[in-house]
Amino acid sequence: MALLEVRDLSVVFRRKGEEPTIAVDGISFDVEPGQTVGLVGESGCGKSVTSLAIMGLLPSRGVDVSGSVSFEGTELLHLSQRRLDERRGRDLGMVFQDPLSSLNPVVPIGVQIAEVLQRHRELSRKQARSEAAELLNRVGIPDPARRLDEYPHQLSGGMRQRALIAIALACRPRLLIADEPTTALDVTIQAQILNLLTELVADTDTALIMITHDLGVVAGLCDEVNVMYGGRIVERAERHALFTAPRHPYTNGLLESIPRLDAPRGERLVPIRGSVVDNIPWADGCAFAPRCPNAIEPCWSVTPALVADDGRMLRCHNPVEVPVTAGEGVR
Amino acid sequence: MTSSRAAKIDRLAATAAHKPTAEGEPQAGGNGPKSDAGVSLAASAWRRLRRNPMFLSGAVIIGLFLLLALLAPFIAPHDPGLRLLQDQVVQARNQLPPPQPGHPMGGDQYGRDFFSRMLLGSQQTLMVAVLATVIGLGGGLVLGTLAGAFGGWVDTVVMRIVDVLLSIPSLLLAVSIGAMFAQQSQFTVIIAVAIVQIPIFARLLRGTMLGVRESDHVLAARALGVKRRAIVFRHILPNSLGPVIVQSTLVLAIAILDAAALSFLGLGAADDSTPEWGQMLGNAQDFFDSQPHLAFWPAACIIAVALGFTLVGESMREALDPRQRR
Amino acid sequence: MTDDVLVTVDDIKVHFPIKRGVLLDRTVGHVYAVDGVSLQVRRGETYGLVGESGCGKTTLGRALLRLVEPTGGSVVFDGTDVSTLKGEDLRRMRRRMQMVFQDPMSSLDPRQSVESLLVEGMRAHGLDKGKQATHQRLKELLAAVGLPESALRKYPHEFSGGQRQRIGIARALAVEPDLIVADEPVSALDVSVQAQVLNLLEELQDEFGLTYLVVAHDLAVVRHISDRIGVMYLGSLVEEAGSDELYERPMHPYTKALLSAIPVPDPEVEDTREQILLTGDLPSPANPPSGCRFHTRCPWRQPARCDTERPPLREVGSGHRVACHYAEEILAGTITPHEVEPELAQS
Repeated sequence: MALLEVRDLSVVFRRKGEEPTIAVDGISFDVEPGQTVGLVGESGCGKSVTSLAIMGLLPSRGVDVSGSVSFEGTELLHLSQRRLDERRGRDLGMVFQDPLSSLNPVVPIGVQIAEVLQRHRELSRKQARSEAAELLNRVGIPDPARRLDEYPHQLSGGMRQRALIAIALACRPRLLIADEPTTALDVTIQAQILNLLTELVADTDTALIMITHDLGVVAGLCDEVNVMYGGRIVERAERHALFTAPRHPYTNGLLESIPRLDAPRGERLVPIRGSVVDNIPWADGCAFAPRCPNAIEPCWSVTPALVADDGRMLRCHNPVEVPVTAGEGVR
Repeated sequence: MTSSRAAKIDRLAATAAHKPTAEGEPQAGGNGPKSDAGVSLAASAWRRLRRNPMFLSGAVIIGLFLLLALLAPFIAPHDPGLRLLQDQVVQARNQLPPPQPGHPMGGDQYGRDFFSRMLLGSQQTLMVAVLATVIGLGGGLVLGTLAGAFGGWVDTVVMRIVDVLLSIPSLLLAVSIGAMFAQQSQFTVIIAVAIVQIPIFARLLRGTMLGVRESDHVLAARALGVKRRAIVFRHILPNSLGPVIVQSTLVLAIAILDAAALSFLGLGAADDSTPEWGQMLGNAQDFFDSQPHLAFWPAACIIAVALGFTLVGESMREALDPRQRR
Repeated sequence: MTDDVLVTVDDIKVHFPIKRGVLLDRTVGHVYAVDGVSLQVRRGETYGLVGESGCGKTTLGRALLRLVEPTGGSVVFDGTDVSTLKGEDLRRMRRRMQMVFQDPMSSLDPRQSVESLLVEGMRAHGLDKGKQATHQRLKELLAAVGLPESALRKYPHEFSGGQRQRIGIARALAVEPDLIVADEPVSALDVSVQAQVLNLLEELQDEFGLTYLVVAHDLAVVRHISDRIGVMYLGSLVEEAGSDELYERPMHPYTKALLSAIPVPDPEVEDTREQILLTGDLPSPANPPSGCRFHTRCPWRQPARCDTERPPLREVGSGHRVACHYAEEILAGTITPHEVEPELAQS
């Protein structure tokens, strides 16, 4: 049985006097113990909302969450607030994009970590404190004993993100969700944090859901990658398969539109035309159809289903042809 | 030294300064409504405002009182200065003319028709409030623009003066200013109330302008080589006015209360032949035991008008708040 | 070299005073945002400036346009010393050097329609010659950046991010500049839209013979668009080379680390590449390390000299400059990297 099973998860935002917005539109995926799964997509594709829904962090008013999220057989969506609070932190940890706003600015780092330890692992104050120092040391914060008494604003962005990871890992969760954990950081710091995450996940056999817009981050980190567009998964594949032979025109378009550091110079980028505002509703066809270079007649009238195709899942009427020299990559 | 009031004004200013960055992300799912062509910010704020019940009720209240003030000379049944019911006033026993046919609210201590005085009092009260606010706004705009546009020592000098004024409780300040005039009149009330408002407007405008001055679009205008005057008057000032305009409707409410308080304390016009609600309220206190309705009506009207302006002001602030925009 | 140089920056410095005080502000220190940078931008080329946040790249770009007052040094633009220009002369000069901003929303006045945004610069420099001609020019500008004519009457908030950036570019183009400083022109945009704007910038360069100074943190973007690249660290240039040369033969340890830190969307590359992980944080520009600014994080640091002597930017090959005492030795492999104890930034 998978560690986390997400089935047909949908999130609809309802605002008074406005059309409801479907942020997540029936997505399903599994996370096996110790596995790293990527959710990739641009802003507005529903990847962050998915993570909030799994964690039960969406506001209850004005938001409809349906489907099922089962963690080790327990349905999380119908759990009472109290039971959910118990699970969060103990079984499920989360790391957010902006480490400064996710930490309480008026409480020292050490107290914030110790709090989690005291609550979920029932350690004494003293034990919690020394354990907190141990955790800070493990996430690579130098001089941890002194850092315990410092406030979030006294740490740099990278150090704050490390502290946040320390809090998320404090109770040795089985699953860690990282929502754009390195977007606010510089590249050299990003490399440090990604390295840290990889190491920690490997050492503790924690499963990781990595949510990002950066295909480069996913390429080196994730076992399986889900590409999201307009609230649905449009392609899912093992990372090597996905990057060497992207089949969905959106995945392919993303890969062709980003400048690669190792690409020969002078090569023109192939942008995806238009922007997300051009999308058509999934109910009418394929949301990506207006921007798709491969769009054919059915794309505008028939909703494509997510079907298995040669070891991957694909939601497309007219996928990109598998290149003849698949081994060498498409570019 | 800066009072909590100053801090509150600065907070208000800060909400406006962030305006340009608070832009909605692309609609999730991409099925959000597309906007119509050529809708300016003001127009879209107005569209939201029109549907807001808070704004509508405030506007109705203000509209009613304005209408009343305009029509007062025509609908008032009697001349407010005439002592029609003087024969019913018995000074010794504190007895005043009660409500009676033709005089629905009775008469005051000189036997003048109270209902007509209430109607005509709306003119004075609204005029004082509006004039005081306009003068206060004008002064605040000048000082705030000076400080916000030039910065440096001009800013320091202006803001220190403003801080000193803000640190004095507003009513105390108004009373002191009002008392400085040799002869109290409606005019001195207006000036006193206006001066109290100037530092509020100045500080608010200056704070907003400082934020806008640092924004990218002003930098862009500088990079384009637009002249300094044009940058201040085309870019910085118009983008800083939102909170000030909102504040002015709120200040209108305060001005009505302050003006009423000054009149109540006897710092208004010595001659009470032209009625004013605050003054009427003040006069009514001597007869509160026997004739409580004389205090009730002016007080109720003052509260109602102030409430109207507050409702409009608050809903305008909500509508112009960038975080509310979709 | 016989290249036609458009901009010469000589030892430019921007130090922001740190002020404290209740009544009278006292200067208690300086933030050394840009601390002595010299570079040349040739006519028609794209010069890319990369570095991480706080390295001073944005400040350098702005100082070059005199949007920030340089504390020292000079900027010579096409024979004119911009750093000494004042008042009206400076304002006129601005026509020839324009800027494209990172956040296309905040850099467009929300109260102005696209038409008035575009006309403003033209008017400031007397380029609006008659209603007919101006309208024609506006049409050309919109066509050049790929927006429909109907955009003129709309307001910035009615456009998507990519379209807003096009408006920002059109505004810069309106005054017919020679140089455009683009500060993170695509980093606020969605990945799929970034390519549109990058391609547009390239097309416009060919069409109007523009010179670009592109300031960005993303080395992949900078390498794609630039002819030459300067790498900045803590207010100074640590390496400068042609785009391909820098990628193939990086010599400064910081450049090496930066290149190795950028994830490539290719699992094969990711699985095999050798990472140079830097430890610790960027030191505070208010309190920069002595000697080589990078020595606190440098895996190749050598005793004594790196801590005390600030390496000058020196020519090591044709058009390749590097500020490292041991660049050649590192390239030859005679000095090997070692562990670095992380030090925290002191602020």
